[in-house]
Amino acid sequence: MTKSGTVRRQSRHAALGLTDEQVIAMYETMQLARRYDERSLLLQRAGKINFHISGINHEPAQVGMAYAMDPERDWFLPYYRDYAFVLALGMTVKELMLCLFNKAEDPNSGGRQMPGHFGCRRLRIVTGSSPVTTQVPHAVGFALAAKMRGEPSVAYVSFGDGSSNQGDFHEGLNFAGVHKLPVIFVCQNNQYAISVPLSKQVAAPIASRAAGYGFPGIQVDGSDPLEVYRVMKEARERALAGEGPTLIEVLTYRLSPHSTSDNDLAYRTKEEVEYYKARDGIPAFRRYLTELGLWSDEREEELARRQWAMIDEATEYAEKAPYQSLDEAFRYVYAEEEDR
Amino acid sequence: MPVLEYIEAIRLAMKEEMERDSTVFVLGEDVGVKGGVFGATKGLLELFGEYRALDTPLAESAIAGVAIGAAMAGMKPIAEMQYADFMLPATNQIINEAAKIRYRSNNDWHCPVVIRAPIGGGVFGGPYHSQCPESVFFGTPGLKIVAPATAYDAKGLLKAAIRDPDPVLYFEHKKCYRLIADEVPDEDYIVPIGKSRVMREGDDITVIGYSMPLHFAMQAAEELSREEGIEAHILDLRTLQPLDKEGILEAAAKTGKVLIIHEDNKTGGVGAEVAAIIAEELMFDLDAPIRRLCGPDVPAMPINPPGEKHFLLNKEKLKAAMLELARF
Repeated sequence: MTKSGTVRRQSRHAALGLTDEQVIAMYETMQLARRYDERSLLLQRAGKINFHISGINHEPAQVGMAYAMDPERDWFLPYYRDYAFVLALGMTVKELMLCLFNKAEDPNSGGRQMPGHFGCRRLRIVTGSSPVTTQVPHAVGFALAAKMRGEPSVAYVSFGDGSSNQGDFHEGLNFAGVHKLPVIFVCQNNQYAISVPLSKQVAAPIASRAAGYGFPGIQVDGSDPLEVYRVMKEARERALAGEGPTLIEVLTYRLSPHSTSDNDLAYRTKEEVEYYKARDGIPAFRRYLTELGLWSDEREEELARRQWAMIDEATEYAEKAPYQSLDEAFRYVYAEEEDR
Repeated sequence: MPVLEYIEAIRLAMKEEMERDSTVFVLGEDVGVKGGVFGATKGLLELFGEYRALDTPLAESAIAGVAIGAAMAGMKPIAEMQYADFMLPATNQIINEAAKIRYRSNNDWHCPVVIRAPIGGGVFGGPYHSQCPESVFFGTPGLKIVAPATAYDAKGLLKAAIRDPDPVLYFEHKKCYRLIADEVPDEDYIVPIGKSRVMREGDDITVIGYSMPLHFAMQAAEELSREEGIEAHILDLRTLQPLDKEGILEAAAKTGKVLIIHEDNKTGGVGAEVAAIIAEELMFDLDAPIRRLCGPDVPAMPINPPGEKHFLLNKEKLKAAMLELARF
């Protein structure tokens, strides 16, 4: 309320402590991730690359989460759909493209691992693998190290709904609960573990599992980046205050097939996919920004031009870049002399 | 020089490394207040507090996985598996994660974790408190594997493992804990990983092995020397991975007659690789076929005393095999 008695509604993002510049950057990152993903699918269809695993429709939540973290202090253990998350942390499109093309300059693995297997010490992103959920106990280890050293660091770890059934999920959550460790467990529930629907994977909401380990479990609408940001920020503050872990279940929907090797219409209908496509969080966020006067059709066009140019350039660069030489290919099984 | 029990050497190595380096800590089931089911971590909680002698929930994959995470974060964790038999839930973490972290990240990340696990029988442990699972992990590039036979090596290899920048599996034989005692210097030392040691010099036959069965070989060798004039050359591998190829070839060439021994079962065991190394490089220098004397290919040893005795190697079995090889 102003003194004159008129009501000036504070924007949702301002109420959360986010500036206009930040929400615009958040929107741009979502779009960049979406465009990168769409280009990757095309490159695979065109036979330029062998494999892509998509994060389409996860972007609004991933950007919301990344903005709630501290990139200087926190540790990040993302999973293979976290493109928007790692872009928000500072990985570049060029780096993602180098990874997609398995080239030597890829900071994630030097072209050794499948794309989407992130890892980059420079960005505090911890190397991950394909057997799902192994990163959960690792995140607990990072949180334990932070607690033992008295560092104000929080570990972020994400995984899919299928992963919530793995032993490492339960063992990791229990360990963190017992020792009240600063870790945030994020289940990006996109309703499918490849072809197996949620109804055949779990008999109770995934978030409710946290109760068994003595800390809060929260469901959040993954199409609403500001709500995800709010929930994540709270979880981070709890972690820093020594109150322990939080399990966040981000409710989303996998719009793309599991990977480029999957035919999703063998187990779900086009109508179902269309239903969720209409609920895409990116156009909704664009509307939000537009209504506040922070965004316009002109800015959208300019952004599209700029991002596609960036993606074109990254694609061309990555396609031409060399593979790791065969002299390098088998190095780093153990520490070499200079690492000791 | 003080004589220490094998288990005391292990405990002392951890204590000294924890004093030397504040990032070193121990975690596992019962390692804190109780000091370990065998007592290997006794006193560490009192000296270093409950986080550096950390009692964990009973969940082996988390013990390994949390240790791996902490190691990547710059700590030097020593994860204790209560019995090697119980470490199999952690194999995914050890083989798919710890072993591959440096390689898969193109040297961006590494994982200096030590995983200690008691192996072996002779304590009436039956099928699930007696196993030697070395061969499950052997042949996984990215892992180092050590298995000391003496107190001196137990201390020196554990210190080397803790200081190593890569994951090391440390297999300690539970029968050695209080049965084996030898001289351990007060000064700080390490036993380098990847180096075997000649335990006994001889010209007639070569025995190559690791861990507890070597003590039976040493006893048999003394008797064969006295009674038959046969001199056995005995090589302790100490490190199973990477194998000390030079040390193996040198020991094999010394006599041209090789007996390989271990408690882990014969098929697919470490001995098979040792035999292959010798066959690849030294075939024409051999005076007898390579022999192996190992645990039988059964799932594990029975708990009943005759069954356990029948499974395990002992001085008599070693003596007979060594004599037969010497007479070939």
